[in-house]
Amino acid sequence: MSSPDSPSCSDYEVIVRLKPEVLDPEARAIQETLTRIGFAGVKGLQVSKRYVLSIEDQGANAAGHAEQIAREYLANPVSETFQIRKL
Amino acid sequence: MALLCWIPFCLRLCEGSDLKMTTTFKLPDTAQMTRPPQIDETPGPAFTALMRKHKLTGEEYARVKDILGRIPTMAELGIFSAMWSEHCSYKSSRVHLKRFPTESPDVVVGPGENAGVVRLSGKLCLAFKMESHNHPSYIEPYQGAATGVGGILRDVFCMGARPIANLNALRFGLRSHQRTPHLVENVVKGIGDYGNCVGVPTVAGNVSFDASYNGNCLVNAMTVGVIHEDRIFKGYATGQGNLVVYLGSATGRDGIHGASMASGSFATSENSERSTVQVGDPFTEKLLLEATLDVLDKGLVVGLQDMGAAGLTSSSFEMAGRAGNGLYMDLDHVPVRTTAMTAYELLLSESQERMLMVIEPHKWDELRAVLDKWQLACTVIGVVTDTGRVQIHHKGLLEVDVPVDPMTDLAPKYERPMRPRVKDAADPEVFNQKVTAAALVRGPEALLLAALRDTGDKESIYSQYDQHIGTQTVHGPDVQGAAALWVRSEWADPSEPYLGVLTAATCNERYNRLDAYLGGAHAVLKAARTIAAAGGRPLAITDCLNYGNPEVPEVMADFSAGVDGISLACRELSVPVVSGNVSLYNETDGESIAPTPMIGMVGKIQDVRKSPTAVVSESASLYLLYPLKVGPQFGGSLAAKLLDQSLHAGQAPEINWHAEREGMDFLRLIIGNGQVSACRDVGDGGVITTAAKMVAKSGLGLQLDLASTELGRYSDLAQYFGEISGAYLICFNSGDESKALQSAATLRYNAVVKVGQVVDSSKISWGPWSMPLKVCHHAFTSALS
Amino acid sequence: MKRFTAAGAPRIGLIDFPGSNCDRDCNDAFERHFGIKLIPVWHTEHTLPQVDAVLLPGGFSYGDYLRSGALAAHSPIMGAVKSFVSKGGAALGICNGFQILTESHLLPGALLRNRSRRFICKFVNLAVGSGNSVYQKQLGQRVLRLPIAHGEGRYYIDGEGLRRLHDQGQVAFRYADAKGHANDESNPNGAVDNIAGIVSENGRVMGLMPHPERATDPLLGGSVDGLAVLDTFLSSFM
Repeated sequence: MSSPDSPSCSDYEVIVRLKPEVLDPEARAIQETLTRIGFAGVKGLQVSKRYVLSIEDQGANAAGHAEQIAREYLANPVSETFQIRKL
Repeated sequence: MALLCWIPFCLRLCEGSDLKMTTTFKLPDTAQMTRPPQIDETPGPAFTALMRKHKLTGEEYARVKDILGRIPTMAELGIFSAMWSEHCSYKSSRVHLKRFPTESPDVVVGPGENAGVVRLSGKLCLAFKMESHNHPSYIEPYQGAATGVGGILRDVFCMGARPIANLNALRFGLRSHQRTPHLVENVVKGIGDYGNCVGVPTVAGNVSFDASYNGNCLVNAMTVGVIHEDRIFKGYATGQGNLVVYLGSATGRDGIHGASMASGSFATSENSERSTVQVGDPFTEKLLLEATLDVLDKGLVVGLQDMGAAGLTSSSFEMAGRAGNGLYMDLDHVPVRTTAMTAYELLLSESQERMLMVIEPHKWDELRAVLDKWQLACTVIGVVTDTGRVQIHHKGLLEVDVPVDPMTDLAPKYERPMRPRVKDAADPEVFNQKVTAAALVRGPEALLLAALRDTGDKESIYSQYDQHIGTQTVHGPDVQGAAALWVRSEWADPSEPYLGVLTAATCNERYNRLDAYLGGAHAVLKAARTIAAAGGRPLAITDCLNYGNPEVPEVMADFSAGVDGISLACRELSVPVVSGNVSLYNETDGESIAPTPMIGMVGKIQDVRKSPTAVVSESASLYLLYPLKVGPQFGGSLAAKLLDQSLHAGQAPEINWHAEREGMDFLRLIIGNGQVSACRDVGDGGVITTAAKMVAKSGLGLQLDLASTELGRYSDLAQYFGEISGAYLICFNSGDESKALQSAATLRYNAVVKVGQVVDSSKISWGPWSMPLKVCHHAFTSALS
Repeated sequence: MKRFTAAGAPRIGLIDFPGSNCDRDCNDAFERHFGIKLIPVWHTEHTLPQVDAVLLPGGFSYGDYLRSGALAAHSPIMGAVKSFVSKGGAALGICNGFQILTESHLLPGALLRNRSRRFICKFVNLAVGSGNSVYQKQLGQRVLRLPIAHGEGRYYIDGEGLRRLHDQGQVAFRYADAKGHANDESNPNGAVDNIAGIVSENGRVMGLMPHPERATDPLLGGSVDGLAVLDTFLSSFM
């Protein structure tokens, strides 16, 4: 793997989270705790996982590559969605 | 997709190794090497601070210079600080530990190695040890507890033993203390996540809550492994010219000074200690486990040592010391996780899941093949020499050049001053009456509920541990007594196809606070009774001696008395100490914990099918086996705690060793005869609390009446809630009662008396009192909620 | 129950990943109770040896980093397992093995973190669903008692997928009370519709969270219902 600061790399941020219809017990627990300790009005809370991929630029291919990694690997389409952006 | 498939491997290699793999190692001429600057020892605030940071006294520093014949380098100062820390050198405790009895016909390896080993059956042996991870767990409970489990697993498997069971003994502050819930939640999760992933079942444990742990929780982890008697491996760095090989995770800055941290006290204002917390990776541990057993089995290494406390430093000095050799190492070859680490940091890092091996050069290729299979990075970092010195090179400089033997032989050893505590001089009977009066005010029913809540079911803890992996668990934590494992091994005597290992970990800190000597003996006895109640014979113990600040003479006196109490019990019961660990400085803001000599015990039962549980599942008569002429006490009792009575007054239960031995022998006899369906030793909260716990989850009611026993002579409250040593509640298999009672007729120091009935009813009644079963069940099962 | 001699025993490949930790238990159960020695297959292999079925044991393959079973699903051997299954081969995935089967899309759905956020180890009761697989037919009206031990065992599938599972008779096991009634109280991890195990459309690929290999001897927890499940696995390809 190339080092993140080698010149011909682009960074892609992939954020993976559970689909809205899937129960996230961790998010629920945090939200309940916030309410309990006095932060009123927190109506929603999402937990997600953030990956940063440093991909060697291969012409126009790097973005597609990042997209493919996110879709086939980092996120499970059954229960998760992802967003991807170039940093 | 090809690239994607291999991402996990790429990730591992990136963090794991610089991929530099050498098969030979040329020993350079160390005489020609330049040394780095020595430390600046000009007297002044800077030097004082340096000494304080390294926890070295003026006298100890002078000894360092004597040994070296010069002023140390920074790396050497760090090495001495770590190696001479309380944690590594046992400098306050060594003179006392010598008093432990360590021998018996069952002992194969006694104290001093990574773990003790006892013979179980045929060539099959058990390797086991308990170790504390108190300080790290208080600072960062999840990682602290997890790495505690990792460390003790490595101690056992680096001897060549396959771990078959984990246990843990936990002590937390009061449940109402603000930090307690956070600590419990995360310590338990840390223990569970680590052991579950490595694949070793957690089969038994022990937890309690006491104000003295408010600022210092205790996390003691124990591992039991199986090993062939002729294949026990010891960590020696033998054979000049052999290679020193680094195995496992790369080194980072985590855990630097962990050993000296475990050798100091806490002040609540100090939060900077956080930087010393290590992070565990149970997945790598699992790979290390399999790889280690594989290379030992194939005879590929001559020496092997876990890099535990004080990491590379202690593992290299220990291996060289045991073999009477020297080592040369080049830190430039150590795989690192972060750049620009100094020699000092590399030597003292406590990054987890690392091992140091010594191998013969011609075995390198075969070794590589095994380690490659397990995706573990390994690198040659040095060579065994005949210099008797550990010499370490880093970036062109000879950073360390220290003679091995003097470093260990001349390690400080203190006979710290001791001042026995002034005991409460009042007649224990006065205290017993005081507790009885308080119990009457509270009401015996309320007291029973409080007792059940305090000592009740720990399901919310143990359900987070995989108890069944390994498919050997006959009795796990849910049956509340000793764990029973059915060990199937081709190394065992074939005449024992249902060979069972029993194991338990325990300590009553209240007895210890009251009387550190009797308390030490009680801890061993309690473990032995738990094993006997499951039908087993104790083979040996390991211990975790958790005490406060040894520089306080009363604490040191407690420690010494604890060692004597444990030794007494071990001699009386013929059970040796084969391994253990000392944890001192468990104090916060000058408050020491109650003395807590945790005892981990292993025992054997020939036919595990006959091992009873500590809970009943069907209607039966209830019998009490109890020592004659021994009265119940409230000193250090659960009742005293729950009724807010002094924990420093009264007397801990007295011990009649004849009765204890005879009682245990009797139980082993009738259990061996297959006559017992349930058995539990009478513990915290006395006979009624113990009986209620036996039935609490069965859905059955209980009628208990002690009038026909010797206990009947005491007040109702003392009979039922007073604590006594050497008593057991027993249910016989139907039809076996009369035969078992015939055996009881020969008892000289004990009696067996029918005291009640487990019945299909909705009540628990005892003496003049009764409670609805449902209420008791709820109190018992909501123990930790 | 079946009992084999070495020569007549079926060939079952035991797929081993770094981090698998129930492989030894599976070996022990099959050898002690059926006389079958499992054939270990390491994750780096690109092909399967000659086998009649494959078994994916529990554990923490590749540390279960990313998601449980996700990294294993992309290992070389899983390519071979996929092609074996696509030709009608039988497979049994237990716990982590079930997670690997869903991550490999050999079974529908996903296994998520338990509702309680905690690892859970305990014995549970299982009701057998209706369908045409040998599992459902052979185990029929029974309530099975097996242990679970997982942190990520909450079966999830969307409404449409669940309907399809039921329509095609793919729901094999549901968490239930002692009488076989599936309700929220008997659901240990929050699984959709109490689902503990499912079969593929052809009924030959089974994934379940509970551990049948741990309930094969009355001494070990008092249940031998796991033997019945393993026996049925053998029937699924013999």
